[in-house]
Amino acid sequence: MDLIRLKNVNKKYKNGVTAIYDMTLSIKKGSFTFVIGGSGSGKSTFIKMLYREEKPTSGQIVVGGVNVAKLRDKKVYKLRRKLGIVFQDYKLLPKLTVYENVAFAMEVIGATKQETRQKALKAIEIVGLKNKVHNYPDQLSGGEQQRVSIARAIVNDPKLLLCDEPTGNLDPDMSMEIMKVLEDINTKKGTTILMVTHDKDIVNKMKKDVITLKDGRLIKTKEKGTYDDESV
Amino acid sequence: MKVFRMLGRSIRDAFKSVFRNFSLSLASISCITITLVIVALSVIASFNVENFTKVIESDLTIVVFMDNDSTEKDIEAMKKNIENVKNVDSYTFENKEEVKEDMSEESEVFKAVMDGWTKEENPLRDTFQIKVKNIEKIGNTANQLKKMDKVAVVRYGEGMVERLVSAFSSIEKVAYGVVIALVVVTVFLIINTIKLTIYSRNREISIMRLVGASNFSIKTPFIIEGMILGLIGAIIPVLLTTFGYLTFYQHFDGYLFTKIIELISPEPFIYQASGIVILIGIIVGMIGSASAVRKYLKI
Repeated sequence: MDLIRLKNVNKKYKNGVTAIYDMTLSIKKGSFTFVIGGSGSGKSTFIKMLYREEKPTSGQIVVGGVNVAKLRDKKVYKLRRKLGIVFQDYKLLPKLTVYENVAFAMEVIGATKQETRQKALKAIEIVGLKNKVHNYPDQLSGGEQQRVSIARAIVNDPKLLLCDEPTGNLDPDMSMEIMKVLEDINTKKGTTILMVTHDKDIVNKMKKDVITLKDGRLIKTKEKGTYDDESV
Repeated sequence: MKVFRMLGRSIRDAFKSVFRNFSLSLASISCITITLVIVALSVIASFNVENFTKVIESDLTIVVFMDNDSTEKDIEAMKKNIENVKNVDSYTFENKEEVKEDMSEESEVFKAVMDGWTKEENPLRDTFQIKVKNIEKIGNTANQLKKMDKVAVVRYGEGMVERLVSAFSSIEKVAYGVVIALVVVTVFLIINTIKLTIYSRNREISIMRLVGASNFSIKTPFIIEGMILGLIGAIIPVLLTTFGYLTFYQHFDGYLFTKIIELISPEPFIYQASGIVILIGIIVGMIGSASAVRKYLKI
């Protein structure tokens, strides 16, 4: 079963820059996939199109049965509820505690108090921050803050977790901590994970599926791949 | 259930936001207050003018006396002519003999004199009493009637009544102008207030979008915030309307200057007026915040 399917996708920005050329690929349910490539390779555009921050110029994108390319602005929230998104800069609310930040994602989609509480605490436990529930983001290390944002991304039990350079701001030790958390989520919860990165060590150590982009084109897909210098 | 939960959340957020940016909220609130005070005064004035105009209208009639030699045929023609005048609401007709009887009943002196008259000698005139639809055009209507065949004299309460009504109506127009200008200024102030709230919550909004909040649940808190500003701004004007009008009414004993101008009794009226003031406050707040949301909230 494919969770993500792209068919002949092109993306050209209004300023004339073409970011993605004729991309066709599919990603299986339950997989853990890295998207790698140098700067300007189109990997950010690629992931942004998956959560409909950007619209493809042509082609078809289907994520979890939703035709993303044809999704109207007003309906985008329906797609977003099916995925979790993790960013390089965490995107936490500084005035809210760890618990409140995670619960926020449940509250704004109208969940009940009990459901919010139960799911938020569980998500925080999964990322290993049970003892920091009442801390504020600025009292946490970078790795811990990123774990909060992962907890927020998975609190709604999404089928797909999109990670845009989640370890970009972290040192190697903290990065591996994050990867462990992500791998746990992938194996224990069966959540499909798609992670954009340019961190060689991580890709080489993890031995997961790798999609390589170069100049907006898909040049290689490999199971249990490594970061290949020549192709990038 | 879900809608109520979201609404509760929106209202909570809106209140928080009003007090978080209190100095800015205060600017909008005081502007709404000033606007609504004038709105309240206009509402009170225009309702009273309308009431008093209606009272006068129901009293005021045009009386048409026909020529003494007019025949029954002339009367029938006259009836048709009157029906064709647009401003005529209704009319009654009395012939000479009926007028004579009426007057005889009114006073014994008249009766003594009139009893001597035979039908042919009766010097009284056939008479129409006409009610008009629009009192401001009563002069024109009277002139129109005067030009008709066999009409001798046309009478109505010329002068003072007309001038009074037109003075009131021009005061009303000026008040409406001022109100509209103030409403426009207020709307702009509210747009600005909400704009700043939106900017200060930019991060929160972008995160809400990412985790799948619907557009409706993102917009609602801001629109409710505008409505709260309008509601708070209506407090002073409502107090002023209620207690001000009560005092005013009692001080003048229900009449303004003369017995002709009767004020509306305060009991249900002040509640209606307050309701209108509150409603206008909330609507103005809502219009301001809704247009700010449409302009500055890019979703």
